Amino acid sequence: MRDIKRDRALSLLLISPSVLAIAVFVYGFIAFTGYSSLSKWDALTPDFTFVGLRNYAKLFTIDRFLSDLRNTVTFTVLFLAACLVIGLLLAILLDQRIKGEGVFRSIFLFPMAISFIVTGVVWRWLLNPGTTQTGSSGVNLLFQRAGLGFLRWGWFTDPTIWHLSADSGLGAFLARIGLGGLTTPYVGISVAMFSVVLAATWQMSGYTMAMYLAGLRAVPDELREAARVDGATEVQMYRYIVLPLLQPVTLSAVIVLGHISLKIFDLVVSMTGPGPAFATDVPAFFMFDTTFRGNNFAQGAAIATLLLIVVAVLVVPYLRYTIRTEAEV
Amino acid sequence: MSATTLSETKSKLRTRSRVQVRWSRVATYAALVIAALFYLLPVYMLFITGMKSFQEVSLARMWDLPSGFHFDSYLQAWFGSEAQGITGLAHNFLNSLVLAVPATLGSAILGSMNGYVLAKWKFRGSDLVFTLMLFGMFIPYQSILIPLVKTLQVMGLYGSLPGLIFVHIVYGIPITTLIFRNYYAGIPTELLEASKIDGAGILGIYRHIMFPISMPGFVVVMIWQFQSIWNDFLFGVIVTSRPNVQPITVALNNMAGSYIVEWNVQMAGSLLAALPTLLVFIFLGRYFMRGLLAGSLKG
Repeated sequence: MRDIKRDRALSLLLISPSVLAIAVFVYGFIAFTGYSSLSKWDALTPDFTFVGLRNYAKLFTIDRFLSDLRNTVTFTVLFLAACLVIGLLLAILLDQRIKGEGVFRSIFLFPMAISFIVTGVVWRWLLNPGTTQTGSSGVNLLFQRAGLGFLRWGWFTDPTIWHLSADSGLGAFLARIGLGGLTTPYVGISVAMFSVVLAATWQMSGYTMAMYLAGLRAVPDELREAARVDGATEVQMYRYIVLPLLQPVTLSAVIVLGHISLKIFDLVVSMTGPGPAFATDVPAFFMFDTTFRGNNFAQGAAIATLLLIVVAVLVVPYLRYTIRTEAEV
Repeated sequence: MSATTLSETKSKLRTRSRVQVRWSRVATYAALVIAALFYLLPVYMLFITGMKSFQEVSLARMWDLPSGFHFDSYLQAWFGSEAQGITGLAHNFLNSLVLAVPATLGSAILGSMNGYVLAKWKFRGSDLVFTLMLFGMFIPYQSILIPLVKTLQVMGLYGSLPGLIFVHIVYGIPITTLIFRNYYAGIPTELLEASKIDGAGILGIYRHIMFPISMPGFVVVMIWQFQSIWNDFLFGVIVTSRPNVQPITVALNNMAGSYIVEWNVQMAGSLLAALPTLLVFIFLGRYFMRGLLAGSLKG
């Protein structure tokens, strides 16, 4: 027998470079960013004078940041809903013993292999609404040719924000009970975000399709047969037997897509930029501009820390749950 | 009499249900084809726009097929045009290769060692170490960018390709460790025990048993890492500021933001930037799927 102690020591030695790297480059750096966010560091030269939560408080008075929060909520909700619904539908369709299933699967999945930058550049031209001089272009032009001209609109150039008007009955009521803040454009939906959601869904819905398809394939055939024998229709069978079994898949998809949508950056940079009146701006982009173009490091660090906290709230319980259930098995 | 009616009804019912089944088949395929058209629409646009000659390019005719095979757009996207002051993507394409290949190899090797230890040489707290590592996969990188830039400057790696390679190796550790740990967890421990009795140590077992049988794991991890490093934009734009060291995603974004570059050239450039990972997907899609599913923590 070899010396077990020596192997133990070697095993720790093997993973120590990675453990050290993660300790410094993830946790050490997060601590540094967290500390910077509480400092006065607003120029190139670091100034670590402690100022408490001032940078955070200031964020919530900045027009761009409040717009970003609104856009993130819009994007996350719509993007998740679209990916889950489309992914599930495509997976169910593909699960019907389809000829050429592999081809379809690849077609739905290939956008995953492409950079968000490429997606952004291509969809920017596809959704480019055109100008009065050039006439309609992109998808608008398709609509026009198909006789659906009424569907043409400004896509990501449309600055409209759907929100509750302060003049409406409900708005006046809210103002009276001290909730007038709910009638500002910061509590609303930026319609320009729909274009970003469309491009992101094009890229990522194949992922949910693949996950759901794997989940469907794991449902035992006997269960389905039993339901059919009991006289269940196909719809009932999916509704009462299959869908409940797919809940863990949905949870994973929500976590993975949710954290992607909170971090979204590349796609917005290449497709739309901040948009008219920050109609398509997102926190990650604001952080980038503030920090690396504006040299306001403390402010940028505050945005980054907020992003991290939201992602951690989403991911940490999931990680703990996954590791624990794995340990039980 | 009644018997015939009964069988008639039965056969009627059967034909009806067969017709219904046939219609639902048609509807299923129709839905799939429509969905496929949606996914392929941007590809169609990429190809036809890239093929058009400069005279043919106009927003009003953007959906029309090109008159023939013109490669002007691709040539200009690749080589640039000195007369118009456009820099081509050729150099950046090469940068991305020089970046992605060693970074992929480096993070795969580290991940394989970590996965081996965390799956087969568990120690007190190894699951905690694993969880803490995994969290690094989900963090918004914004939360580490500021100290990262400062650290790279101190290390003398800022603004260089080796610096970017280093960054991708470090932040690739969580995902590669995850995939390898799940892979090694599926290998029977008896195999290890047997070789331990034969006198093999931790390194011997790794070199003679685990490493050789983990080739499929390496393929999955390397494909995953290659595509995510090739497609990365954030680290590229933060770490490399000089155009001659920038990876292709950063250069493409600059090209797309430039007013002097025609949009057909932008499209051609997009296709060039997408080509390597697309080819990997087309030829090795099976492994790509596995990495994808592993990324959602379900080994």
